[in-house]
Amino acid sequence: MNVRDKILYLEKLTVSFDGFKALDALTLYVEPGELRCIIGPNGAGKTTMMDVITGKTRPDSGTAWFGRRANLIEMSEPEIVQAGIGRKFQKPTVFEHLTVFDNLELALPGTKTFWASLVARLTPAQRDRIEQVLDIIGLANQRGVLASTLAHGQKQWLEIGMLLMQEPELLLVDEPVAGMTPQETERTAALLQSLAGEHSVVVVEHDMEFVRSIARRVTVLHEGRVLAEGDMDYVQNDQRVIDVYLGA
Amino acid sequence: MFSDRGGTVLLAILVAAGVGAAVLNLAVPPSSALHVSTYVLTLVGKYLCYAMLAIAVDLIWGYCGILSLGHAAFFSLGGYAMGMYLMRQIGPRGVYGDPLLPDFMVFLNWKSLPWFWLGFNHFWFAAFMMAAVPALLALVFGWLAFRSRVTGVYLSIMTQALSYALMLAFFRNDMGFGGNNGFTDFKDILGFDLHADSTRVVLLLVTCLALAATYVACRKIVDSRAGRVMASIRDAESRTRFLGYRVESYKLWVFVFSAAVAGIAGALYVPQVGIINPGEFAPINSIEVVIWVAVGGRGTLYGAAAGAILVNYAKTFFTSALPEVWLYALGALFVLVTLFLPRGLTGLMDGLGRAHERAGQDLISREADG
Repeated sequence: MNVRDKILYLEKLTVSFDGFKALDALTLYVEPGELRCIIGPNGAGKTTMMDVITGKTRPDSGTAWFGRRANLIEMSEPEIVQAGIGRKFQKPTVFEHLTVFDNLELALPGTKTFWASLVARLTPAQRDRIEQVLDIIGLANQRGVLASTLAHGQKQWLEIGMLLMQEPELLLVDEPVAGMTPQETERTAALLQSLAGEHSVVVVEHDMEFVRSIARRVTVLHEGRVLAEGDMDYVQNDQRVIDVYLGA
Repeated sequence: MFSDRGGTVLLAILVAAGVGAAVLNLAVPPSSALHVSTYVLTLVGKYLCYAMLAIAVDLIWGYCGILSLGHAAFFSLGGYAMGMYLMRQIGPRGVYGDPLLPDFMVFLNWKSLPWFWLGFNHFWFAAFMMAAVPALLALVFGWLAFRSRVTGVYLSIMTQALSYALMLAFFRNDMGFGGNNGFTDFKDILGFDLHADSTRVVLLLVTCLALAATYVACRKIVDSRAGRVMASIRDAESRTRFLGYRVESYKLWVFVFSAAVAGIAGALYVPQVGIINPGEFAPINSIEVVIWVAVGGRGTLYGAAAGAILVNYAKTFFTSALPEVWLYALGALFVLVTLFLPRGLTGLMDGLGRAHERAGQDLISREADG
């Protein structure tokens, strides 16, 4: 395997909580521009893996590299964000008391110190970028409304938009379609697919229909390890996968 | 400059109060019914200092989600800095006539001025310390607390403890701040007699200006991108951190600014009421500020100022008419506001305004139908 071309290298990651191994020597690679889906039963280690990548949890052993430049294990959460990894959490956490536009403004990359923000003015280029993202996530007409008034699906898109503002190379998306209507799910699938290519996207999702509709490559986690990896048809026909997950 | 109606109204009232009180006190003879007495002048000045303190608390509580139950401490420290200047202005006119030492030091048999009293004979130095001492305390306290990610009720309790500890310390005679008597019997400020009506009017005008400046500065902060980051910290702290903002440093600088404003408010308060003592550090005082802000409506700035003035007016009224009822009334007020007016009086006004608008629209549409 040509290791140089990957955007994310996770090798032999182990994380244990009070003796319970959430990750057990997990090894996983992600290609640039790929749209990867991670599936697996509860407790398989999906969220812990995301936590390790974003610096929220430190592994007991193993390595995590973002491209060849950034050793994720030694970086703080903000540093990892600055390096180009964006994460969308399961529960939409947009800033309810700010407008859609302001939510995106806060997600702009750049200096984020108190004193810089105190005097910050939007440049035309930044304004254009916000408009561009508003178009991508389909909320251009809602730019002035408070985020608290958005529908559930719209909040999810806004949050994806906030990730896009930071122009991340790698997007981690936690259960994007949980609680969405079929129409919203469809639009989310289109949105994520349009992002792949320019960005690498890793999606954790339970909804198998959704995974089938977007994924080219699927990784199945089980008890902190990779159980199987391949396209959806391959994975669905793998006997071990059927035993622990799909068959259940 | 302002798009907010509440702020415009507040500033207009301030100008009216300042100019009105000045004219009605100095130009209208005491025999006239329109004359404003020195007592009322002092009372208004006191309310305005409280309003400044309330805005400082609203900035960190209403916008940044930090519930400080220790702002009376910053207020008092500013007051003490002013008090030290005023004490040194007394000079040989004290009861014991010592040219250098304030009376309480002579009484304690001290021979020389403690080092931390040096420089307070200069107004510029004292003026600097009025903001710098509270700000420095807030910087150290905030740096330790926010860096350890102490939040919510734990932080509130710590601020309360800070205020209480300072109160106990200032009660001690050997601290060098006059013990439980504090400072009083001030004579003059910058050479002007503190008992003269004209000095009082100028103090009131300066307080009006300071309050207006505080409002404008805080409005600028909350309208900036930093203000939107503060609101994000209040609503979803870890999410804000995840966007790459150093949440601790935002909290710290806003806390420091707020403490400095509280200190200046305290410094303006002392020459007007004529006394500062450790009682000002009492935990209940900090809690009262929070009630003013809650009653006025947090997260609006002008609501906090209005709440401070209204609650204190009520306090002045109650404590003379029904003194034993006041604390119960205050407690009941807080409970009622929390239960029924979560956005305070400004929220109520907003609601009424909208209902009025709706009623107006209904009327128009009915007329169009008929």
